[in-house]
Amino acid sequence: MMNHIDLSSVLRQTVACDLYSNLVTRPTGAAVRDQIERLLGDAHDRTLTVIDFSQVSMIDFSCADEVIAKLLLRYEADDPPRDAYFLFRGVTEEHWEAIEAVLERRGLALVLEQADGIHVVGTLSSEERRVWEGAQQLGRAAPAELAKALGAPASDVQRSLEALRRRRLVMRVGEEYMVVGAHRVG
Amino acid sequence: MTTVVNVPPSLDDYSFDDVLRQLMPVSPDTKVLLDARHVRWASPFGLTALLTLAQTRAEMPALAVPELEETASYWARAGFFRHAEELYELHGTYPKRAGAADSNVLLEITSVSKSEDVHDVVGRIQQKAQLMLRELNLDAKATVGFAMTLSEICQNIVEHAGRGGWVMVQTYRWTKRLGRRVVVIAVADAGVGFRQSLETAPGKERSDRWDDAAALEDAVIRGVSRFRDPGRGQGLAGVRRYLGRWDGKLAVRSGTARIAIVPNWDDDVPLAEHLPPFPGAQVQVTIPERAPSQPSPQASARTKR
Repeated sequence: MMNHIDLSSVLRQTVACDLYSNLVTRPTGAAVRDQIERLLGDAHDRTLTVIDFSQVSMIDFSCADEVIAKLLLRYEADDPPRDAYFLFRGVTEEHWEAIEAVLERRGLALVLEQADGIHVVGTLSSEERRVWEGAQQLGRAAPAELAKALGAPASDVQRSLEALRRRRLVMRVGEEYMVVGAHRVG
Repeated sequence: MTTVVNVPPSLDDYSFDDVLRQLMPVSPDTKVLLDARHVRWASPFGLTALLTLAQTRAEMPALAVPELEETASYWARAGFFRHAEELYELHGTYPKRAGAADSNVLLEITSVSKSEDVHDVVGRIQQKAQLMLRELNLDAKATVGFAMTLSEICQNIVEHAGRGGWVMVQTYRWTKRLGRRVVVIAVADAGVGFRQSLETAPGKERSDRWDDAAALEDAVIRGVSRFRDPGRGQGLAGVRRYLGRWDGKLAVRSGTARIAIVPNWDDDVPLAEHLPPFPGAQVQVTIPERAPSQPSPQASARTKR
């Protein structure tokens, strides 16, 4: 199942004011994250949620930490509330500085949807990045197939894929894996 | 009995210490009269710090307003008297109405005490900041960082001060030091200050050298916060990164110390200790006009791998 969350709408509901289009301050960020989680609570067990920044003017460091970092941390924990995955859309230069800083500080990564396709950004080991990009190339693949394509031992690739799944960067479909957002682009 | 304190003719972050020095021997519950009659110029730091100073006095202080009409008129346009009327007994003549807005005042003195105030400040500054930064030859990329900087510094009041503070943003030509225009953000509060705030951190152990200067080094240089959460402390770190990119200066005063991230164009000391005490925290950000020959800095790694 797929959700679409327009952050500017969530922001307006949260601060109860139509004038604000800036994601600033920790209390605002925490309230926006709570609202996102409430919306996720209505969803089925496995969901892909598009978090859309298109109508957000700016986000500051504190708010990025509350909205993005804490959301990702909760869902990549050992006992996530549900099997949720996130694709971030509409992220521009104006948002990136704060997002990049919190990803770096918390050692997190996320999947961005941009005009030229999907990209994984943030903190990843070189092996994780190689496997993610390999999986992206194949679209949907079993670990053995991906290992063959990468010329790497299947057990190593399997381990990396599981690590990426825990980090909400790839989804497991039966015995196969696909990167988050893979089906969104041709 | 009332103690008279002379306010220097040019009131900025340095000369404000003269005011504080005169107050050192004066007990907080002694009535004071700040004599600002001969003030000709005040920076955003000077104006916000004057308001903050009034909050630190047990008895409402008096303020003799600048005699120079031009100065009093500017203070009115900056919104100073609107707030000062509630904090000082004002003596002398000053414009009761602010009159036409001053194009150099990007954000008149605004009180900040809660998260909504930060939203309001950021919303108000955005459009003006774009025009102003263009005038300073800073490209559009600087605008968002500027608003973020303003937001993070104001949040320090909401999160740590324990009481409200003030913010003001202004541009002016800084002839003496730089010979170029600058935009200045001044944020001041009379709250608990950095040292006391960090002392409330769970498990905080005080080193042999634990004072206002050490607390400022922890917070500004090392990104230490009173919260255990590792995501805290990013605000000032982000502000430093932004200012590094645009050749800006950050100065933070708290208690008896002042720390500064000093760019090449300035000769300030990185750390000043044993200053006359002033409660709370006072932050000043200065971004200079970009000389036409200076290349624009690289954007951060962009939204790409």
